[in-house]
Amino acid sequence: MSLRSPLGQAKGLGSAKEGVHHWWAQRVTAIALIPLTVWFAFKVAVLSMSDYNTVIECIGSPWSAALIVSLIVAAFYHAALGMQVIYEDYIGRKAIRISAIMGTNLLLFLLAAASIIAVVRIAVGG
Amino acid sequence: MSSNNRPLSPHLDVYRLPLSALLSVVHRGTGGFLTIGTIALVWWLLALAGGEESFNSAQQFMGSFIGRLILLGWTFALFFHLSNGIRHLVWDAGYCFEKEAVEKTSYIVLGVSVFLTLLVWIIAFFFGAGA
Repeated sequence: MSLRSPLGQAKGLGSAKEGVHHWWAQRVTAIALIPLTVWFAFKVAVLSMSDYNTVIECIGSPWSAALIVSLIVAAFYHAALGMQVIYEDYIGRKAIRISAIMGTNLLLFLLAAASIIAVVRIAVGG
Repeated sequence: MSSNNRPLSPHLDVYRLPLSALLSVVHRGTGGFLTIGTIALVWWLLALAGGEESFNSAQQFMGSFIGRLILLGWTFALFFHLSNGIRHLVWDAGYCFEKEAVEKTSYIVLGVSVFLTLLVWIIAFFFGAGA
């Protein structure tokens, strides 16, 4: 027996079957971000008055660089998922909603790519 | 007529927003703010990758009054979203849904986010010179 109403079946507007992945990815990135953000915030605090060479050495060490790249990937993915929910809740017009989600995703991807390239450059000492 | 016993909607002119509702709004607000705030992170990393000169000018801006004000808002938003996010994960696991538990954890979330914000700034000011 289907629990869908006859009207719902006729319209075909059921679950898009992608909600679980969105929800799950948001939780996985959230858990990853707990240690990563605490580590990064306190690292930057400790480095706040250091000179250029100290910061380069500290940020560019292999483990630091790897953790910062992980932080960037998790943070931007988490941000994209979160902004999507905000747009879906508040933007009624479908065209504007889809455009806002797509535009934000593309912009956040670009920012993430730029930061990763910066960290790699610091790490290899370019 | 049994309809007299039905629960009423909140009267909006005498309705006080519960703390948990306020924190829910702030969670979303800080989430959006932190998304915009990633620009500061990207900018700082690009300045560092760009060499000593660009790094020093970035540090100079971050050390100015406006820069520090942005960073203060940034750190509080981060630690609030972090603490309240952990509370969301606890809810996802099915715990702490009772009214008293929600009220109590609301104060814990606020306390922890203020404490972590103060701690990170104290470390920056008193231990900020060493690596």
